[in-house]
Amino acid sequence: MSATSGTAAAEQEQTGAARGPDGVEPPVLEVRDLEVSFPGGRGNAGVTAVRGVSYEVRRGEILGIVGESGSGKSVSSLAAIGLLPDYAQVKGSIRLHGEELLGLDDRTMARKRGHAISMVFQDPLSGLTPVYTVGDQVAEAVRVHNPQISRAAAHKRAVELLTLVGIPDAERRQRSFPHEFSGGMRQRVMIAIAIANDPDVIICDEPTTALDVTIQAQILEVLKAAQRETGAAIVMITHDLGVVAGLVDRVQVMYAGRLVETGTVDDVYYRTRMPYTMGLLGSVPRLDQDEKSPLIPIKGNPPSLTDMPPGCPFAPRCPIAVEACDAGEPPLEQVGGEGHRAACIRAGEIESNSWTAHDVYPVSEIAHDPVSQVPREDRGTVLRVEGLAKHHPLMRGALFKRRVGTVYAVDGLSFDIREGETLGLVGESGCGKSSTLMEILSLDKPQQGTVEVLGKESGRLSNRERFDVRRDVQVVFQDPMSSLDPRMRVFEIIAEPLRTHGYAKDRIRSRVLELMELVGLDGSAVTRSPAEFSGGQRQRIGIARALALEPKLLVLDEPVSALDVSIQAGVINLLEELKARLGLSYLFVAHDLSVVRHIADRVAVMYLGKIVEIGDVQSIYRRPTHPYTKALLSAIPLPDPEKERRREHIVLQGDLPNPADPPSGCRFRTRCQKFAVLSEDDRSACREREPELRHRVEGAADQAAACHYADTEGSR
Amino acid sequence: MSLSAEREATTSEAAAEISGRWSSLAKELLATRRVVIGLAIILGLIAMAWIGPMLSPWGFDERDFTAFRSPPTADHWFGTGNTGRDVFHMTMVGLQKSILIGLCAALFTTVIAALVGAFAGYYLGFTDRALMWVTDLFLVLPQFLILAILYPVLRDQGWLVFVLLLACLMWMVTAKMVRGMTISLKEREYVLAARYMGVSHGRIILRHILPNMSSLLIVDATINVSSAIILETALSYFGFGIQPPDVTLGSLIAEGSRQALAFPWTFWFCTGLLIVLVLAVNLVGDGLRDALDPHSKSRT
Amino acid sequence: MAKFLVRRLLSYLVLIFLASSIAYLIAATTLSPRAYFEQQQPPPSDQAIERQLDKLNLNPETPLAERYATWVAGVAVGDFGQTITDQSVNEAIARKAGVSLRLIVAGTVIGATLGVAMGAYAAVRQYGRFDRVTTVAAFFLLAVPAVVVAVTLQVIAVWINDVSGMRLLEYGGEYSANLDAGFWGTLLDRVQHAILPTMALSLSLFAAFSRYQRNMMLDVLGSDFVRTAMAKGLTRRAAMIKHALRTALIPTITYFTFTFGILIANATFTEKIFGWHGMGAWVVDSISTQDVNAVAAVTFFMAVCVMAASFLSDVLYAWLDPRVRVS
Repeated sequence: MSATSGTAAAEQEQTGAARGPDGVEPPVLEVRDLEVSFPGGRGNAGVTAVRGVSYEVRRGEILGIVGESGSGKSVSSLAAIGLLPDYAQVKGSIRLHGEELLGLDDRTMARKRGHAISMVFQDPLSGLTPVYTVGDQVAEAVRVHNPQISRAAAHKRAVELLTLVGIPDAERRQRSFPHEFSGGMRQRVMIAIAIANDPDVIICDEPTTALDVTIQAQILEVLKAAQRETGAAIVMITHDLGVVAGLVDRVQVMYAGRLVETGTVDDVYYRTRMPYTMGLLGSVPRLDQDEKSPLIPIKGNPPSLTDMPPGCPFAPRCPIAVEACDAGEPPLEQVGGEGHRAACIRAGEIESNSWTAHDVYPVSEIAHDPVSQVPREDRGTVLRVEGLAKHHPLMRGALFKRRVGTVYAVDGLSFDIREGETLGLVGESGCGKSSTLMEILSLDKPQQGTVEVLGKESGRLSNRERFDVRRDVQVVFQDPMSSLDPRMRVFEIIAEPLRTHGYAKDRIRSRVLELMELVGLDGSAVTRSPAEFSGGQRQRIGIARALALEPKLLVLDEPVSALDVSIQAGVINLLEELKARLGLSYLFVAHDLSVVRHIADRVAVMYLGKIVEIGDVQSIYRRPTHPYTKALLSAIPLPDPEKERRREHIVLQGDLPNPADPPSGCRFRTRCQKFAVLSEDDRSACREREPELRHRVEGAADQAAACHYADTEGSR
Repeated sequence: MSLSAEREATTSEAAAEISGRWSSLAKELLATRRVVIGLAIILGLIAMAWIGPMLSPWGFDERDFTAFRSPPTADHWFGTGNTGRDVFHMTMVGLQKSILIGLCAALFTTVIAALVGAFAGYYLGFTDRALMWVTDLFLVLPQFLILAILYPVLRDQGWLVFVLLLACLMWMVTAKMVRGMTISLKEREYVLAARYMGVSHGRIILRHILPNMSSLLIVDATINVSSAIILETALSYFGFGIQPPDVTLGSLIAEGSRQALAFPWTFWFCTGLLIVLVLAVNLVGDGLRDALDPHSKSRT
Repeated sequence: MAKFLVRRLLSYLVLIFLASSIAYLIAATTLSPRAYFEQQQPPPSDQAIERQLDKLNLNPETPLAERYATWVAGVAVGDFGQTITDQSVNEAIARKAGVSLRLIVAGTVIGATLGVAMGAYAAVRQYGRFDRVTTVAAFFLLAVPAVVVAVTLQVIAVWINDVSGMRLLEYGGEYSANLDAGFWGTLLDRVQHAILPTMALSLSLFAAFSRYQRNMMLDVLGSDFVRTAMAKGLTRRAAMIKHALRTALIPTITYFTFTFGILIANATFTEKIFGWHGMGAWVVDSISTQDVNAVAAVTFFMAVCVMAASFLSDVLYAWLDPRVRVS
């Protein structure tokens, strides 16, 4: 398996001591030339997912590994902990405290797992066994490595661990089952399991990807605390350049199974030498940028790992690729500062010319749409929502169903969208934004309030009228995997709305081709099935379908959140371009405030079925007045290490309250950072009266917040 | 049906697409060894069942008065029965009927199950409760008993009635599965998208929901083929199945089992063929499940 | 919780009642009890037949609605009427139900347990020798009709008895008549008689369950929570047994409900072939003897069994899966 060279063997002997002879602490985990391949079978070609990755972490150090999906970052970490499936072929060397791990049998490896090296996985939803209580699962982790510990003692330790990771009332809640916990709580349990035996290395595989920003901020805090507690080295694997910026010491960027740039955070972020890293950094919409400039999309898709081109794997997508790039894969070489290495033959050029992303990537200007020059009041209203409410019964139990309460999913929502305008609707999952969309799109009579589309009230439409209104309102969904019928060809998918609305056959054909071109896809691809497209392309097909009937209003339900950042940028740019060209209005629902800042004209922030703050993008992002908006903005990590280190994050306490039992008065007060510092007298207002959505800041005409104590300084 | 109309309208321009879809499916299936082996066996049996009688020197009703209960000979390949009839010829005719019964019953079963399940799961509410209640009722009724009572009365109507009866008593479990699938498919975004563009409910069921569980339906239809054949055998054993002059493998087994020890050729040939047939069908079903069903991601 | 149980039981009762009614109505319209009496030797007189038919509430001259009403009135007070030989149906049920239940329960427990255990083990050792052998065995068993299994077992029993020169295995009846061998002797005799029928019943169940459990196991083997369990420090085997198998049992419970109907049908064949006088054998006989009341009563019994199985699996499901419990 591993070919340990003579020097490595010598090193191994030295690492028996805590410190090497030169005073530098030896690495806890050392990965050398790791190569993982999955042999193919029955017509499938073999895949080499990781091709020569090396890294090391020392005690107390945090290493970030960044890459998009398919870059091999997760596979390399699974290899380190010995959890790859049996048929995976692993080469190279993985050493823990100098001891070679590759080739150990399952029993020996099991003694290391969870004891010396442990792991936190991405998806807390499926990561815990559904049939055991969380307490049992934490206690199991304790007992498996200390069999002599009594059951009671293990449970006591489990409660301690759960308390440590911030589970309130752990004594009682340890008896809960995983499904009774929220995503953030489950992730805390996973961390508790990971630190149960004071490991020396914790590998975190996208630990916050599935979580909301405010919860992400909490989990990152817990991880930091866990590290302080155990002094462990942490390997942080993520696709989010923001998460890594403020947290890690060193960063490694992976692409197509290889490291393409490594170094200290500052080197990689500020002195980027590899075009791919530049593209990654440039494609992230920034919360800290006022100026609207188009994002940098990296064209094309990552290469398929089954048949890799001989040269630099990034060359086909690289704007500054030259012929020499195709000659051979560039080695990872020293560029600039110590430890800063990049795999690009033009790295020297980049350095000497001090090129930045904007120099490397050609950026197209986005045409400004003429409507945006007209003042808002003078534009027609496309969508008006007044006092919309949606309550649905809360059922418990799959077998013995019963109603245990009412979920106030949407509770009195009012906003409007004018022609050529984009309203961003943001909030954490469970805040009711999706329910709002479905209420609007169903065009049925809402339970309360009114929905008016292009002046027509949706409850009062005849079937025929409703059918006609559907032309004007179309939707693009979040998941490009499930929003296209996998059994249909692309042509049929885009033609479906046209057929439904009775277009003539020959017109359908030309229209479909026209739409394909509009969204930047090749017309000849219409005979293929959705599975043959990448995520970004599928999302473009979804957009083409939505545009088929020339709608006035496009409802976008998290259209880019399932895409990799480099792809996401392309789709956002496309949406902006289409809006300008076709004069569309967007209702853009997202949880990512930086995306919204980039694309929206106005923003509405939702919390528990209500809008807590609404207004134009400039005002809200520059001067948020509602404590929740502030917390949301503060929780988003910036892909800028300097700023990130200086920032004070507001970390909200706890989870979203149960929407079936919202707090009295102001719904946000239970988590509100402002409420916490109010005097007892002032608090009573929050408890007793529900704040109205009112203009509170003078000078900002289009900004309203629902808070008794909204920040209005500077205006009074 | 709107589905077929739709097809017709698009054939001119989409002919290539449709064939592309099916050919890719076929390719996938042929890559699964079990499916290929199973299909080969089934095709072999079908050929045997229809060509065999032509090769046999004896007629179906013909009696050989020189050979009662004769073991297999060059003249009577599978021997003869109590009345001197040629067992080979009878077995082949029985095989024909068993294959037909299996295929037809599975087809009807799957159609009923798909419609009931899809409508119940799509509309939910009252439709669902009513349909599921009926399904439960059918589940509670002992199918064997109902068939045994009803079929003798309807036997004059021919074997197709028997097939329909079989189908009426076999669809429930599949319908429940289809319902479950529909409920989850219904929330898929492409179904929502179709709804929000104004596609009618019936058409959504036919165009989006049923095609997307075609793998489940195909697999289940295959399994129903073998269930129908086996159920028919059991009924025939007690004399409640297909009635003379029709013969099936089941009725032959029933007759042969009473003298399995004394005249084994009357029992083991038809039994062997039945087992091979069902085995082959199950093999295809199992292979199809692996090839088509993304949920059983088991084998690589 | 109690309210739900009551509601569920109520809906069960309605279903059971309807199923029995449908069976009664179908039987009453299609069976012809008169034919049964007419072929008796010596043939009774027409008046005698008429009298007998009226007495048993079987006379096709009486309007169906009236016969049905009489039957329902009887059932309402727990009386299922008389068999065609003028014996109490209730007594017959009391005598025969136990026989069937013993067979069904023993067959189910043995078949399902073995099937689940072997299927799970085969999944853990996917593509190993054990997996291949059980897969082939299960495939083969699933292809063999219950009738053939039973007949084959009888043939084998004859052979074994011949070879050993003793009557080791019995294949007719539930026990030897007039046996006086004390408690242990009687028990041994019972077991000798029970082995083959129970085996016949559990073999097909075993085949179905081992396949199903294997597939369910394979589905969970790759789950995140199994990976978490291993990341904690459990060995692969421990994670399989403690986490994967426990979770993969849940869908099997539902599967049990679905297969129960088939199981009851199989029990019918088994009883009939091995000469056990249970409910299954009775229904075959009563159809041949045009016995309407018996047919309805057996339907009732089978419906109760199906509902009981469904209830049992609901309870098991709630016990195994905390997600469906109401807290």
